[in-house]
Amino acid sequence: MSNTDHEIVVDDPTAPDDSSPALASKLAVDIVVSLLLLALAITLGWDNWRTGASWDATGPQPGYFPFYLSIILGAASLYGLGAAFASRREAAETFVTRAQLRRVMAVFVPTFLFCLATQYLGLYVASFLLIAGFMRVIGRIAFWKSLLTAFVFTAAMFVTFDIAFDVIMPKGPLEAVFGR
Amino acid sequence: MEAFGLLLHGFAVLLTWKTLLLMMVGLVLGIFVGVLPGLGGPNGVAILLPLTFTMDPTSAIVMLSCIYWGALFGGAITSILFNIPGEAWSVATTFDGYPMAQQGRAAEALTAAFTSSFIGSLVAVLLITFLAPMISSFALKFGPPEFFAVYLLTFCSFVGLGREARHKTVISMSLGLLLAGVGMDTVSGQLRMTFGSADLLRGINFLVAVIGLFGISEILLTMEERLALRGHAAGISLRVVRSVWKDLPKYWVTLLRSSFIGCWLGITPGGAIAASFMGYNLAKRFAKDPESFGKGRIEGVFAPETAAHASGTSALLPMLALGIPGSGTAAILLGGLMVWGLNPGPLLFVEHKDFVWGLIASMYLGNVVGLVLVLTTVPIFASILRVPFAAVAPMIVVSCAIGAYAIQNAMFDIWLMLGFGVVGYVFKKISIPLAPFTLALVLGSRAEDAFRLSMIGSGGDLKVFWSNGLVGTITTLAIVLLFWPVIDRAVGGIVRRVRPAA
Repeated sequence: MSNTDHEIVVDDPTAPDDSSPALASKLAVDIVVSLLLLALAITLGWDNWRTGASWDATGPQPGYFPFYLSIILGAASLYGLGAAFASRREAAETFVTRAQLRRVMAVFVPTFLFCLATQYLGLYVASFLLIAGFMRVIGRIAFWKSLLTAFVFTAAMFVTFDIAFDVIMPKGPLEAVFGR
Repeated sequence: MEAFGLLLHGFAVLLTWKTLLLMMVGLVLGIFVGVLPGLGGPNGVAILLPLTFTMDPTSAIVMLSCIYWGALFGGAITSILFNIPGEAWSVATTFDGYPMAQQGRAAEALTAAFTSSFIGSLVAVLLITFLAPMISSFALKFGPPEFFAVYLLTFCSFVGLGREARHKTVISMSLGLLLAGVGMDTVSGQLRMTFGSADLLRGINFLVAVIGLFGISEILLTMEERLALRGHAAGISLRVVRSVWKDLPKYWVTLLRSSFIGCWLGITPGGAIAASFMGYNLAKRFAKDPESFGKGRIEGVFAPETAAHASGTSALLPMLALGIPGSGTAAILLGGLMVWGLNPGPLLFVEHKDFVWGLIASMYLGNVVGLVLVLTTVPIFASILRVPFAAVAPMIVVSCAIGAYAIQNAMFDIWLMLGFGVVGYVFKKISIPLAPFTLALVLGSRAEDAFRLSMIGSGGDLKVFWSNGLVGTITTLAIVLLFWPVIDRAVGGIVRRVRPAA
């Protein structure tokens, strides 16, 4: 109907392979999560009990409300454990395949390193490194394009937050050199 | 009409160059966020929230709500052109929208989607304009027991009416309520669940959790999938718009029905996803030739889009009137209110008239401006999808980190955000719903305060929640909703036994 129609095609050469072997079933993850939540419920419940979870002259003590919530959380996780064991369906479902995990790690590890770098180098330097590095290494985008994009984005963030809106971000040695 | 006069006042508040500019910026950012894979309404609002920290509350909410409208519009673009629903509530739009695009009627489908979004939102905003002030003035009479009963009703309806496994909703909700209690207890000043950590003293900030849960985890999830896409780019000409609009009156029943469904489901925490599917299915059921649905029928675009947007908009009604968000995004906007120093709840309509009516007026204006904007700029936004995800992903990570840090100027929050990102990723994959968690985290401390104040008032007697007709009705309704699946089954069983033939 309209003559302006043209196709947009984007390829994804590193897409995870569909036949990649499963690393974990949903059942296994469900059980681990339920156990972790149960442990959390017990820890928090104990802490609230210590704070005081009963009534005194002024009404409920500070630990009262969260204490009973921990019990609800614990009970729901226990039920979840039981339900997970009872369900056969979940055992067959894949939580993550090897190829998928590789891709997820390709984002998670750089994000983790970025957080670490933010702590020591400041946010702006870290974000420049993250964007340039990620585009170059993971995205296999040309070196100059990666550097330029990273620089423009980081500079734009600096101008927006530090100069225009006065929102202060963590800073490191580089900013100190320029006296900001 | 008092509401009308106040609304005009709202427009007066709004019509400054600065606010209009912010509105445009918000809409463009919102559409951008809606079009990008792996980002949608709640993520966009959460990530862009820090931009507004230094603004006055009215400008801030105008910009944020425009980001939300923009994201709603943007979701339709990718569903129709690429068969990729940017949001769960756009899934129903792809059923007929994508076939239309394949037949070369992309422009028509897009116009239909944007127009029906606009109509859905408009109906919901009209509802908000006239109903919200009434509800809030009624709620002014509420004491702590009534408020706790309303919170209880919200939580219980999530458990009873949600589509996920009940114990998973309960897990998500109790975890949210527990984490909301970390830090200094507001009533006694005692520390709770901090385990001697100085960082936990501040408590777990709601927005930090949201940025992690919706921003970081969404990137991890997106990377898992094949990011290749193939679709059509289409410009919308004035001729197409005119021809679609000319046919619009023919579909008034569908539009009205979907708006109604959307408004109803938006106010109750059923949400836009349910609304869009219900709108689509009902349109199909009432059609004379149901088999033509799914093959590129324009009604199949009108019905879900109208419902989704009516629901997305009316989710703001309980937030404004009672301080209870009806959706994940509304919960984040509510978190924003608190950052700007406003106390959500019925008093908002009394104490911050400029703010409330400015917001409501911005819903009208934002939708009109948004409609014009998307109709004219679709080709530009569709081509955003050409930008490689490897460039977009790290930028989103950086924006998330900026957002998380800016809230309390704490490095610890960046780590917390990362932690919540992993939690969100795992929870989504084993289908523990995140919306109840978000809601519980934002309402947690107020629900607890309401509970404790009513207990102190009554001397520890739980009967206070049935002490008068109003609070008793709400509490009973909450308990009925909590056990709704059981009751439903029991009633069904009895009916079957009484009438074995039926």
